[in-house]
Amino acid sequence: MGKVPKKKRSVADKVRKAKTSFEIKNNPFEVKINRKKFDVLGRKSKHDVGLPGVSRSKANNKRKETLLKEYKQKGRSSKFIDKRFGEYDTQMAPEDKILKRFALERQVSKDLYNLNEDEELTHYGQSLAEMEKFNDAVDSDDESEEKGLLSAELTASHFGGGGLLRKKTGGQQDGEETHRAKSRQELIDELIQKSKQEKRERQVRKEESQELTEKLDQEWKSIQALLVKKTPKCDRAEEEKPKLEQYDMMVRELVFDMKAQPSEKLKTPEELAREEREKLQKLESDRLRRMMGEEVEESSQSQSHISADDLHDGFILDKDDEKTLSYQVGDKRRQAVLSSPFSRFLLLLLAPESYSDLKDLLQGHTPDNQRLIVARTQKSNHASLAVGNKLKLQKMFGFLLEYIGELATRSPPELVAVDKLIPELYSMCQMFPEAACKAMQSIFEDAGHTMEEVLEVKGHVPFPALDMLVYLKVTGLLFPTSDFRHPVTTPALLYISQALTKCPVRSLQDVTSGLVLCCLGVEYVTFSKRFLPELINFLAGTLHLAVKDKTSLGYTVVPPFRPTGKCSDLLVLSDSESCASWTKKSLPLSATRHLELRSERDRDHHRLTCVSTCLDLVKRCCLLYKDLPSFTCIFRPIRTLLSEHLSAQTLPELLQELRGEILESIGGAAVTRCRLVLEKKKPIPLKLLTPKIVEVLDYGKKRGCNREEREKERLKHKYKKEFKGALREIRKDTRFLAREKLTEVMDRDSERKRKVRELFGSLATQEGEWKALKRMKSK
Amino acid sequence: MLTCDTVHVSFILYVILQSEKEKDVVNAVNACSKLFSTLLEKKDLFLGKLPTGEEEEAFIGLSAEEKYRLFMRQRYSSCVEMLLEHLDHELYSVKESALCCLMKFAEGEGRHPLEDLDWSEHYSFPRELLQGVVDRLLSRTTENSMLISRFQEFLEMEDVRYYVMSSIRENVGKVLAKNKGVGEPFMFNNVFSLMSNISIPSQESGLTNFMIKQEGESCLLSEHKRAFEKMWLGFLKYKLPSNMYKKILVILHDSILPHMSKPTLMIDFLTAAYDVGGAISLLALNGLFVLIHQHNLDYPDFYKKLYNLLEPSVFHVKYRARFFHLANLFLSSSHLPLYLVAAFAKRLARLALTAPPTALLIVLPFICNLIRRHPSCRVLVHKPKSVEDPYLMEEEDPAQCRALESSLWEIKTLQSHYHPDVAKAAGSINTPLSGLEDDISELLEKTTYELMERDLKQTRKTVPLEFETATQLLKGGGDVLGQHFCLG
Repeated sequence: MGKVPKKKRSVADKVRKAKTSFEIKNNPFEVKINRKKFDVLGRKSKHDVGLPGVSRSKANNKRKETLLKEYKQKGRSSKFIDKRFGEYDTQMAPEDKILKRFALERQVSKDLYNLNEDEELTHYGQSLAEMEKFNDAVDSDDESEEKGLLSAELTASHFGGGGLLRKKTGGQQDGEETHRAKSRQELIDELIQKSKQEKRERQVRKEESQELTEKLDQEWKSIQALLVKKTPKCDRAEEEKPKLEQYDMMVRELVFDMKAQPSEKLKTPEELAREEREKLQKLESDRLRRMMGEEVEESSQSQSHISADDLHDGFILDKDDEKTLSYQVGDKRRQAVLSSPFSRFLLLLLAPESYSDLKDLLQGHTPDNQRLIVARTQKSNHASLAVGNKLKLQKMFGFLLEYIGELATRSPPELVAVDKLIPELYSMCQMFPEAACKAMQSIFEDAGHTMEEVLEVKGHVPFPALDMLVYLKVTGLLFPTSDFRHPVTTPALLYISQALTKCPVRSLQDVTSGLVLCCLGVEYVTFSKRFLPELINFLAGTLHLAVKDKTSLGYTVVPPFRPTGKCSDLLVLSDSESCASWTKKSLPLSATRHLELRSERDRDHHRLTCVSTCLDLVKRCCLLYKDLPSFTCIFRPIRTLLSEHLSAQTLPELLQELRGEILESIGGAAVTRCRLVLEKKKPIPLKLLTPKIVEVLDYGKKRGCNREEREKERLKHKYKKEFKGALREIRKDTRFLAREKLTEVMDRDSERKRKVRELFGSLATQEGEWKALKRMKSK
Repeated sequence: MLTCDTVHVSFILYVILQSEKEKDVVNAVNACSKLFSTLLEKKDLFLGKLPTGEEEEAFIGLSAEEKYRLFMRQRYSSCVEMLLEHLDHELYSVKESALCCLMKFAEGEGRHPLEDLDWSEHYSFPRELLQGVVDRLLSRTTENSMLISRFQEFLEMEDVRYYVMSSIRENVGKVLAKNKGVGEPFMFNNVFSLMSNISIPSQESGLTNFMIKQEGESCLLSEHKRAFEKMWLGFLKYKLPSNMYKKILVILHDSILPHMSKPTLMIDFLTAAYDVGGAISLLALNGLFVLIHQHNLDYPDFYKKLYNLLEPSVFHVKYRARFFHLANLFLSSSHLPLYLVAAFAKRLARLALTAPPTALLIVLPFICNLIRRHPSCRVLVHKPKSVEDPYLMEEEDPAQCRALESSLWEIKTLQSHYHPDVAKAAGSINTPLSGLEDDISELLEKTTYELMERDLKQTRKTVPLEFETATQLLKGGGDVLGQHFCLG
């Protein structure tokens, strides 16, 4: 009863379906016309006419096929799956399905236990081999026709090569019967025997070959064991893995190993010289590039030629190394060392683990021997000899630096030993640039930090000690000072400048220290010709110290110097006659710490030496900064100082000469000023008035101005549409399901009502009958 | 019984107070403090006016209780005298305990007056006692900064501070007038450290912390401010040593000027300081700025003087950051004439030739900012006509120095400065400047060590090395060192 309305609808659907689309489309009750707001010419609209009835019934059917089935299956764990071929494939035509299924059936029914590899022959789907058994029983021709045993040969001989067995026509059967009557039995026997024999022979052959191969295997194994000298396979089983790994490792190593390059021909001295020159030129150009502040790629340090023995440890055999390696060959000094009691150091030396180790190692030896010890330690702990050696040597560089610092702080300073150790430091630095850089950086960091702290507390600092001066010099030797920015030399220069501006000059030692710093400053900027203002300030201040009459200065001095005061006459001569006895000689570096000047004359000589050094540095600076635009401004104080104040004083010939040269170079400097012009900027284009053409991707609302935005907008719109559609679909699905559930419930209810009514009816009749019987009895 | 004990005890204490041993004295001071504060509380020392004359005579005709009171009162005043003397003791612990004890007495006296109050005064404050303490604190012979910093705790109380201010004024006036305006350095230091510790709350409602319940003038903020002002002006009118000037000028703008009732009274002092020259002028700038900015001070030759402050030492002094911060403020006005801005830019550029890198990193953006603010100054960096430098460095008047006819060749020179950051900063004048000003406030406090650190902390993959083989210590780099110095 419940299913009636549904059925009705389905019938209606069917009817609707059956109707031709033409009929539906013309039926005004089926058609809904969508009103257009605007008529746009040339636009084709798909959706001007809708068929709501048709689409609703379509959707309904679809739901019934999918959703309803799912609903019915809900809560059921077992499932009926039709595994027949192509059962759920709606694309396939039913005829094709049937054919495929048939073919599959045929494939599956193959005999699994057939010994022969040959294709099994069948007759009407039954194995011929099976037929054999019933051979005798079969008498009648008709029957034999139905299930006779036929081999391929036989059929070929009988039917003239008819490939497949088919139901024979009656005519054919008649023609063959006469021929078969005589020999059929024998023929079959013969055939059987033949095939059996063949089978046996084949089996025997197979076994033989198998035996032979086994035998061969055995023999090969014994031979193999002899050949490769390896344990037999069974013994080797456990060791197999590690050996394989080793082998793999070796293979990989060989793969990644540098191939030995063909060695070049022996070069003539000219060629060698040229190559050397080219290499230097390349290094020089790299240096120039770094000076301009450009980033350099990592080609400058690596060598073009790699030897087959090269270990990639950055170790380059230079001239210096060669010397130490070939000491047996006639170097007398080395020979002497060899015969000396220190020859034991030429044995293997352990790299020092700590600074005190190194100190113990070097303590009490002459500078030459110290160098030799360091060199031998370095050689005997070469990075290629053991794994940890590289780290040890890197550490040793740090210790060596510390040792040099200590040598410089001793009194008297052992600068000769420092001097001897420089080549070793250089070679180690070339080996480990990063470690060397780190060690140097930490020294400058400490020094800078302490200087800053003292400055904060006191406002001024004493001049750096001799060890810092030595470090600064060593930095200049190890690292390029001309780089635009360098992790070591830039802080070192900053340190020099800080020292030159913040350290007050209070004694002749301070003057000497300051002059050493100035020398270092000049050395640092010699190549790059960079401007170091502190240097000029300090030199001018030092010259100011030598000015006797400080009443009318035509210049200003820059801190740490003061125009007048306690220590502003340090370099003024006490006796002008000491000029005559003065000769120029180099100052010892230890003069930065203590001076032994007994007489006033010695003092004056020292003063004159300082002044001459200062003047020489000024001269160098003049040459360095000749090309700077404000050269005259920079040197104006020095110029007035030299021309107006120092000229009045009596100075030795040499100094007067220097003074004249300087004044000449300052005055003679070309005062042509370069023009100061801003770099040309690319002009901003004028506004153009041609219309901007925008490509229209799709019509309708256009919000975005460029292609990507429009595309994005379009996709967003599409997404929104799809989302809405999906929502609508889901709503329709739930509505459909609810309807289904309702009908189910109503079905159940009506069924129950019907049953109840039936029961009541039967009970009523029963009651009626019983009452009637009672009435009867009472009567 | 009790009276007898207290009499004895007070005698014994008086004896011990004169003892040599530090520990004894400290203990005695503490005991004194306890004893007399209880007596004060009990009003046992209350006795009208202290009669003058001989001790024995005073006792005649008094009842036993009155005698006792008079006796104790005499002990009390001698003890106070002892304690005041102890404020000059050489040991800090003694000084400190004496100070604490005296302040406790002051509190007790304030709460329970020793004498009858005058009809005019409804409150009382032991001014004599406080005057004595202040006189001792401002000692002429010893440095009392430690004790004064201890005293600061009491200065937090409004009434104490008020009376201390007037006491200082009196004391300074008295002492300096006696010495004809010449003071000892110790005294100046003490006065300064005491006065610089005084600060007044900015609002009336801030006056809450009183030692003794007060009413009248010491409750008014304006009165406090007036007292503060009088105190400072009284001090500043005397001739001070230059380091004292510096100290005062450093704190002037933020701990003196805001607390004065009429900050304009400082104008004379500040203009005088500004005319002194050197570091004092630099420091006076800050106070002057406050007056110009907030109190409408008109200073005719201000910029001319500022221009003349620019000396090579500006880049080396301790107050460099403060100076450039203020100079930046002064020159941020857009109403400055073009010639003035150009003069400043040119002078700064010229001075930059002698400046250390940290100063250069301030000055170069500073000059760029000047050019940005006054785009007509662009002629300084863009002048296609080639000329000699007509700028007159010695000219004091910025209007006459012909800076506008010159160009900033100095910055061009600094493009080859040894420090990469400076060279880069100087390189910015080659290109047209961007519209945004550089913020120099971060650069002001930068130290050389911070500059060094930047390179030291940076980790680079490769370290370029010197390719010329080093053989000797003194060789290499043009042999400059080797030519003038030898080993040994």
